[in-house]
This record gives sequence, C-alpha cells and structure tokens, in this order.
Amino acid sequence: MSQMYFTEDHEWLSVEGETAIVGITDYAQQQLGDVVFIELPDEGKDLVQGGQAAVVESVKAASEVYSPVSGTVTAVNADLEGAPALVNEDAMGAGWFFAVAMIDPTELDNLMDQDGYDAFVAGLE
Amino acid sequence: MTADPALKTTPLDALHRELGARMVPFAGYAMPVQYPAGILAEHAACRTACALFDVSHMGQAYLHGDEAAAVLEGLTPGSLRDLKPGRQRYTVLTNEAGGILDDLMVVNCDGHKMFLVVNAGCKDADFALIKAAAGARARLEVLPERALLALQGPKAAAVMAHFAPAATSMVFMDAGPLTVGGIPCFVTRSGYSGEDGFEISVAAAQAENLARHFLEMPDCTPAGLGARDSLRLEAGLPLYGNDIDATTSPVEANLAFAIGKRRRTEGGFPGAARILAELENGVSRLRVGIKPDGRAPARAHTEVQDTTGRTIGEVTSGGFGPTVDGPVAMGYVEPAFSEPGTPVVLMVRSKPLAAHVVALPFVEQRYHRG
Repeated sequence: MSQMYFTEDHEWLSVEGETAIVGITDYAQQQLGDVVFIELPDEGKDLVQGGQAAVVESVKAASEVYSPVSGTVTAVNADLEGAPALVNEDAMGAGWFFAVAMIDPTELDNLMDQDGYDAFVAGLE
Repeated sequence: MTADPALKTTPLDALHRELGARMVPFAGYAMPVQYPAGILAEHAACRTACALFDVSHMGQAYLHGDEAAAVLEGLTPGSLRDLKPGRQRYTVLTNEAGGILDDLMVVNCDGHKMFLVVNAGCKDADFALIKAAAGARARLEVLPERALLALQGPKAAAVMAHFAPAATSMVFMDAGPLTVGGIPCFVTRSGYSGEDGFEISVAAAQAENLARHFLEMPDCTPAGLGARDSLRLEAGLPLYGNDIDATTSPVEANLAFAIGKRRRTEGGFPGAARILAELENGVSRLRVGIKPDGRAPARAHTEVQDTTGRTIGEVTSGGFGPTVDGPVAMGYVEPAFSEPGTPVVLMVRSKPLAAHVVALPFVEQRYHRG
C-alpha cells in the first residue's frame, strides 16, 4: 500500500518501500495551464531533496520541478515526451514524472499528507 | 482571483470574471491571460474560426487637425502624409538614437484627424511626446473612455457581417466608423494574430454589450493574452518591450517596411541619421525567426551561439507555437547568421540545443487583402 506525500511546491510523491514516484499536483497543472514540454532527469541521476529535478513548460512559461526527496532516479515517464498533455489530463496518475530510490526516508517527515496539502492549497485561494 | 485594487480594469472586467478568466496584471491592468478553455484551445479557435480579445488596455487617441499627419511624421519614419482617408498603417515612434519608443497603428480618418492605437505600457509617454510635438499645430484627444475589442480569425468576417454587413467590403487596413449590432463603433480590418479580423473601438459603456453580441455567435470564442502572444509570435509580429525597444532600430528589428520610401530620401524623423545609415550600410544585428530542432521551447533571453560556441545573439520571444505544434522563437543575431537555414545553438538551462534560423512568419499571415 503506497502512501501519498506533498510539497509546498506542488509536487506529489507516492511512496512504497524505498521507492517514490513523483509528479506535480492537479492544482499545479491547473495553475500552469496547457503543458507542452517536460524535461525529465536522466535515469541514474542523483537528486537531492529540494534540488531541481525536472522542468515543465506550459505555453506561457517554464517552471522548475524540485525533487521532494534525495535519491537516484530509477525510471522516468517516457510517455510524457510524446504526450505532455497527460500532465493536464491525469496529473496524479498517468502524468507522473519520475521514480526515485530514496536514500533517507526521514526526509518524508518534512512533507505534507493529503489533508495537510488540501489545507495548504485552500490557504492559497 | 479577487480584484487587486492597485490594478486598473477594462470595461469588460466583469465579463471576463463571469467567463471564468484567469486574470493577471499586465501593463497596470487586470487582464485575462486565459479562459477555462485554455491557451491551446483559444489559439486554435483563432486559427480555425474566430476569437474575441479584449485589448482595451491599449491607448487610443485622436490627433485632430489638418497638420496631424505632418506632426506624426516628425516622430516616425512612416509616410503618414501619404496615407489615404479610411486607411490604417503600422509605424514606430523613434528616438534621436534611432531606437523604437513604441510601435503603433495610425488611421487617417478623414484627412482632418488621425486615430492612434498605442501599446498600454507606453501610452502615457507616447501621448506626452505627441502632445508636445503637436504644439498648436494639432490637438491630441486621448480616449480613455473607449474600449478596444479584437475579433480575429478566418470566420471573423462572417461573425462581424452578422452585426455589420458593410464590414465585408473592408479590406486589410481599411478603417472607418461602423454601426455594429446597433452600436456606434470605429472599426479597422486589422489585428495582431496573423489572421484576418477587425479591431473595434467602442464606448466603454457599450463594450460589454458588444462583446456579448459577438460571443453569442457559435463560432466566436473568448481568448486571452496567452493566446494573443502565441498567435503573434507564430505570425512573426514583434512585441514591444520584448522584441523591440528604445535600443533596437526599425532596421535591426526587420521593420524596414515601415520606413516610407519618401522618408528614406527626406529623413526628418528622430534617429534618421542612424536609421538611414543602416538602410545603406547594414546593421550589426537583425531580428529573425529561430526554430529549435527539438521539442524544448527557448524563452526570451536565451543566448544564441554559432556552432563553435561563440555568442551571436539572444532570443527575445520564445515559446510553444500551437499551430506549428512545436517550439518557436524570434530574436536578434549577427547578420552573417540571418539567412534562413543557418544552424545556431540555443543555450537552454546551460544545455546547448540545436536550432535553425528561419524566415518569419512561422504561420502564413492570412489578411484579407481583397
């Protein structure tokens, strides 16, 4: 059973064991508008928590995606290359960005759960 | 978004919010960047049917008097004294250094007054400049109580004809008073999307009524500044403040078409020394289209290099072209690299991306030239 975590930068991660799957939230995709290009990290790349991991480009602007946890990229969502709109259509599912093998699960303590994130977003509106 | 009291609003503000627009600050105004359909859909609507834009933030004015065109010729390199009544022309205000203070549209209304549309961010400075230049020879009447709507796209003429049948006899850059759906307007057959269309100046109090008329037509979709930007970029049209500014000359900006034939021999406009010399001897940089080879967009301020890694210019506008279905950009490069087909390198997030210089526009302009 996976567990969901969220960041204040509107990334989500779904954690199962040592592996975290990372994407941007539905709120984030709504704010960005139509996504037209995503630059994903290379598999094998080492990420640090809060460091730049990917770039998502909407028609209007480029936005950085930060890694919610430290670890090594084990997989990326190759479907996004040909179909970046998957992020708009299913941000929390088929629009996932990459998977990380975490090196420090205590980093998850800095993140929000679903209720915490929902309250955080409600405070922005 | 709740209204920011520091921002000015256009007469269509309530309508934008009713339509679910995302409002953003632009040139001191709260403006719709997109509606719920999104920029891609709004862009497509303009290329395939008809889109309605609120461009009421732009500055409108009349310059009254038989000397109005002569006054404007003292500020621009355009041949405006030759502009026939009922015709519109694109021109630029230049400074003494030959840079562009603003780009604007000028209509000769009837030989006795000119109608001007200038950029929102420049309007106060433009109008002060024109007023000072006019002195007692012409009288500037700024029109803050007028809205400006842009109806653009291949079906704009059909939409317009529903409310003003006479509009169909206008050709590109025709201008004149027209009653639209019973509302007195001043209409030009022009725009900034690369498509056929109209810009409609209307009293603020009637603007929402007029906009609702247009939006009742099934082919007409509201579109925001986001689509306006991607449309004009694909059409190769410069955006003041991004692609042209007080340091870029009209020759460098590839706007030499706006320098009138007579003015090239006569001069008599600010910066004529530089501009005429550039026409004669060439420039050190030129605005060109740049097409990234891959899918990644290159945004404004991206460094342009030659294939050896030497810096040869900079992107001034860049993004995703929905009709092109890929990234598009424009920027300045050294003239030796301005030939379409020339390979260049764009430094995007410190990574070199292959690109080519291309002829503008990216999407063929489809004006109704009659």
